[in-house]
Amino acid sequence: MKNKYVFIVTIAIVCSLVLSLAAEGLKERTNKNVEIDIKKNILNAIGVNINNLTILDMDKYFIDNIDTLIIDMEGNIANLLINDLNTIENKQTGTVKYFNDNQEYLPLYKEIKKNIIIIPVSGKGLWSSLFGYFAIDANNYSTVKGITFYNHGETPGLGAEIASEWFQLSFVGKEIYSGKELLSIKLTKPGLADKNNLYEVNGISGATITSNGVTTLLKRDLQRYEPYFNNKK
Amino acid sequence: MKNKKTFIDPLIDNNPITRQVLGICSALAVTVKVEQALVMTLALTFVVAMSNTIISLLRKYIPSSIRIIIQLTVISTLVILIDKILQAYMYEISKTLTVFVTLIITNCIVMGRADAYAMQNNVKDSFLDGLGNGLGYGMILIAVAFFRELFGFGTILNFQILPEFLKNGLMTMPPGAFIILGLIIWVQRSLTSYVEE
Repeated sequence: MKNKYVFIVTIAIVCSLVLSLAAEGLKERTNKNVEIDIKKNILNAIGVNINNLTILDMDKYFIDNIDTLIIDMEGNIANLLINDLNTIENKQTGTVKYFNDNQEYLPLYKEIKKNIIIIPVSGKGLWSSLFGYFAIDANNYSTVKGITFYNHGETPGLGAEIASEWFQLSFVGKEIYSGKELLSIKLTKPGLADKNNLYEVNGISGATITSNGVTTLLKRDLQRYEPYFNNKK
Repeated sequence: MKNKKTFIDPLIDNNPITRQVLGICSALAVTVKVEQALVMTLALTFVVAMSNTIISLLRKYIPSSIRIIIQLTVISTLVILIDKILQAYMYEISKTLTVFVTLIITNCIVMGRADAYAMQNNVKDSFLDGLGNGLGYGMILIAVAFFRELFGFGTILNFQILPEFLKNGLMTMPPGAFIILGLIIWVQRSLTSYVEE
């Protein structure tokens, strides 16, 4: 009788020990992977070809060309580091909020040479939250330089096309502002987007909900950065 | 001779997927691309072989009233371990596979082999049995993934093989997996002339 409990406790302790050791030992590597992945996606959003870059190249590019800025909700630059922010994801809407001391902030990246700003965007698709980056020209805060989605759980071949090249390229050169009004970019029904309309791109065939999700998340996340855009203009 | 049989048997005649129809859920989910299927095969083979070995080592000490709990603890530990390793060394793949890898815990093959085989047999046989079952599962997985990737994306291991216009969206969706898997089971059963009783 007693033996049984001793046995199960021993097993539990041994197993948890093994896992804690593994988690601790691999932590650094895993964190590094996450960091590289973020960098890759930011570079991808601004149209840098990442296939030929090594990890060291990317690190160098980042150090040389990219500033990480934290702004408050009024659009002023706050004296904080990205690591100071706690992120909280709203699982219903897919929105990510960033907090420091109960105060909400927003992170943004700036490519100095090309003068592009990159903002993280996120929202709901059909099955999952979509996470990506959206890059805008910092000369007019309106021209789209690129978009990328790095994390999603949409259907391969349908909703997952948001990660494909043709879809992401269709955003390049579009505008988000019409005069003072933030129009953002709308995904239309597949094939119906007017080429000359600067505020719409083709949605994905067979993935209406994912496409609508992208429309919603772009508008919502761009609105959060509006104070900053207005300050800069 | 017996060793060989323990290892070979689950590959063909007693394949966990086509014969016992176990582990179907993940066979449908991770077979969109060959690369994912390969990693999943390695992960599952590692887990089954190791859990069989460990359970077999402990089989004389495991009180039978709590054996399922012990098996589950051992299996979960191995699965979390492999998930951590994937995150550290194959991050890109782990991003798409992590959900399925953690679900290996509930894969019927793993616990089925632990309870039905490893609890009664010695360490060496149990290890071979685990290896065989993992690879038997993997073979089918890779076969299904091969056809789905070929007809769904026109690629194999991301190399373009078929022209773009031959892509068939159905293959990338769950029904595609059902159809391919059904065909494979049919072929396998008519070759081995196995009939469900």
